[in-house]
Amino acid sequence: MTVRPVLLEAKDLSVSYGKVEALHKVGLTIREGEIVTVIGPNGAGKTTLLSCLMGLLPGRGEVVYAGRALGGDVEVEERVGLGLTLVPEKRELFADMSVGDNLLLGAFDRHRRGDGGIRETLAEVYDIFPRLRERAEQTAGTLSGGERQMLAMGRALMAKPKLLMLDEPSLGLAPLIIREIFRTVSRLRGMGVSVLLVEQNARAALQVADYGYVLETGEISLAGPGAELASDPRVVEAYLGLGGKR
Amino acid sequence: MDFQIALLLGQDGLTNGAIYALLALALVLVFAVTRVIFIPQGEFVAYGALTLATLQAGKLPATLWLVVVLGAAVAAIDGARALRHGSARRLPRILALNLAAPLALWLLLAGVDPAGLPLAAQVLLALAIVVPLGPMIYRLAYQPIAEAPVLILLIVSIAVHLVLTGLGLLFFGAEGTRTPAFTEGALDLGFTSLQYQTLWILLISAALIVGLYAFFGRSIYGKALRATALNRTGARLMGISTTLAGKLSFTLAALIGAFSGVLISPITTLYYDSGFLIGLKGFVGAIIGGLVSYPVAAAGALLVGFLEAYSSFWASAYKEVIVFTLIIPVLLWRSLGARHTEEEE
Repeated sequence: MTVRPVLLEAKDLSVSYGKVEALHKVGLTIREGEIVTVIGPNGAGKTTLLSCLMGLLPGRGEVVYAGRALGGDVEVEERVGLGLTLVPEKRELFADMSVGDNLLLGAFDRHRRGDGGIRETLAEVYDIFPRLRERAEQTAGTLSGGERQMLAMGRALMAKPKLLMLDEPSLGLAPLIIREIFRTVSRLRGMGVSVLLVEQNARAALQVADYGYVLETGEISLAGPGAELASDPRVVEAYLGLGGKR
Repeated sequence: MDFQIALLLGQDGLTNGAIYALLALALVLVFAVTRVIFIPQGEFVAYGALTLATLQAGKLPATLWLVVVLGAAVAAIDGARALRHGSARRLPRILALNLAAPLALWLLLAGVDPAGLPLAAQVLLALAIVVPLGPMIYRLAYQPIAEAPVLILLIVSIAVHLVLTGLGLLFFGAEGTRTPAFTEGALDLGFTSLQYQTLWILLISAALIVGLYAFFGRSIYGKALRATALNRTGARLMGISTTLAGKLSFTLAALIGAFSGVLISPITTLYYDSGFLIGLKGFVGAIIGGLVSYPVAAAGALLVGFLEAYSSFWASAYKEVIVFTLIIPVLLWRSLGARHTEEEE
């Protein structure tokens, strides 16, 4: 296995809400073209971690992305331009606008920079999620839960990200749809997109991930290649169990 | 009241209503995107009209100084910020937009006699002076507190309104002015006559409304503004900055305000403080639309125009009272039918 170059590295990352520390000295490395997952129970700080990396929340510590330090002065909008995108847990779709317009706005930053090829990306996204093409004229608010997740991911892909961060993409979806979403995630690897996947559905996440971290009460308690973590007795006991449910 | 008078009043109502509709649309836009209740909207009406009148008198309008000073302030703040964050490459753009452009405008105006220019050029110059004030005021007064509650933003709006009214008195004096009509004379329809200026107002208002509709429906910047209004976080995650959306909506509001002033100044005498009442009537229209619905706001503003025109016939002294009393049943009705829904999901 060749070692790929590092895309994002976080060191000693801490985030506080007032006096309560939600993340404590978290370290994390994502290499190019890799799928990295962060699993952990509810309230462990997974969403906080993504929000901080995206610039939505201020944090302390060091984040280096593509050789550039991402300090608190680098706003969310600028990070989008650098190729970072986040699909938040709440999806944050533009409910009253059409599916097509939602996707188009995903490429807003590229449009601003005068990037051609947005049409090609749209065709690619429609190839990945054919359902979105069928629904292109519908408003986003009329979509089902699974379609919304597809739209949120498709909209993020319209930005041609280098790093796609997904917050609980399987949340509230039917098992069949979850499988489809995870299949898409592993397909992205072939397209050169790195993925940071935050999940409570540890089994599915570890199956697709190259590397995994376990986040518990704001700290990384375990880390290792996906397959190794999946067979680690501590992970099996706490997150996978016999039925694979948690 | 006979048919003739009813027609005349209807014409009045329609003309004023069209202007109120434009202002109502701008108010809804600014509120939806930035949550700012844009009280100073009316000042842009007055500034637009009075700046045009000053140009036609062959003098340099004092609003030119204001745009130079505000532009310098924005350039200083944004320039210092860019340098501090080590993004010096943004500097030329910041300086060109906020410092060089107003100065170039000033040089241009100092070099020509504005009174001798054709009307269209005078209108363009007036807009070029007044419209940039919109994004500059957003940058200086609202952007630093963009996340503040609606009430705080409203308080700032009132402050901005008072400052602009005061400056208006300083710039233009207490005298009211009227500008000549775009086309003098009236169209004789047999049963009634129609001022050409009325036609201009109706045509241009309709064109502006259609233009806005196309802007929001077709262009990516219009869609980005709608997206910001629908879901601020979602928009930021797409790289649509709240600041950009704020400046864009204030630019549009300033353009609509100033253009409205230019349109109505031939049919009504405008003073430095006339904008406030005009803006408030647009606001009543916007409230009828709940500050969210563009079509209802426009229809509400037309209703305000007609109500004003007809009440000036029956109860001239009370026409403002009647117009603003309209807001009470509207608020009652809206509060009864209010739905408290979450933004997303």
